[in-house]
Amino acid sequence: MSCIEQMKYEILMEKNTFKESREFIEKNSDEVYYVPPGYKIFNNYYIIGISPIAIGIKGYALIFTYTKPCYGTFVLSIDSEDSRKEIYRLREVGKEKASTSLKDDISLESFKKPQTSFQDIWKK
Amino acid sequence: MPGGKVLFMMGCPEIPIQTSIALYLSHKLTNLGFAVTVAGTDAATKLLKVSDSDGYYVKKLVNLDKTLEDIIEKRIYFDICFAFMHNDAGMTYASTMSAISQAKIYSIVFGRNAEALSETIEFNCEKIVVNDVHNPSRLKNKLDKVMEDIVK
Repeated sequence: MSCIEQMKYEILMEKNTFKESREFIEKNSDEVYYVPPGYKIFNNYYIIGISPIAIGIKGYALIFTYTKPCYGTFVLSIDSEDSRKEIYRLREVGKEKASTSLKDDISLESFKKPQTSFQDIWKK
Repeated sequence: MPGGKVLFMMGCPEIPIQTSIALYLSHKLTNLGFAVTVAGTDAATKLLKVSDSDGYYVKKLVNLDKTLEDIIEKRIYFDICFAFMHNDAGMTYASTMSAISQAKIYSIVFGRNAEALSETIEFNCEKIVVNDVHNPSRLKNKLDKVMEDIVK
């Protein structure tokens, strides 16, 4: 059992396709960051998904996908001390990525390509 | 590539042909010299464990999520992955495997919506698609051809 199931979470959407879940996060978050499959949150949950995986922020809540083999993809929201740490981490890495992008003059188009490194993370 | 490490990814086992094909393919590949690891959900692994209680066909049976964690953390690797899928979640797991691993991926797409599901696959893989639910013969025949190509 993943640690997520032991946390206090709210289900925002359930039993959908991954792509529908990603669109939901994009439309219902104040900020959206994109991470590659396998990105780790809450110390031991590795996100399963199709690149790019959207993680949303609304207030202090982290909004993310959770895929279960028999039921499809859920969109969960967690508002806790841990979610605040994750939001801080996303914003920090997002800042680094943005600053690298400016230096390297990477076009926006390249951000849409699948990522190959787990270090790659960027902000929409 | 006999001697290579092969992973099966097995999701929800509600489509009957998944278990029989996993047993068949595992046994064939093992006999060809591959080291086969079968990773599945709790239900998928329990079905295999009861069907093959002495571990004659499946030598190594492990948890799917734990295996993906081990691949992400680079504790294990595989040369070839057969990803079983009959729903969007199965395809999502296979897509994750494609992103975190260098393994050559074979997507085994089955069930009533197999054709439509296979069209949603965007990662690099070889697709083996059958619309079958109960009768594993057509899928078995397709996989026999795939195995012939692998050992060439």
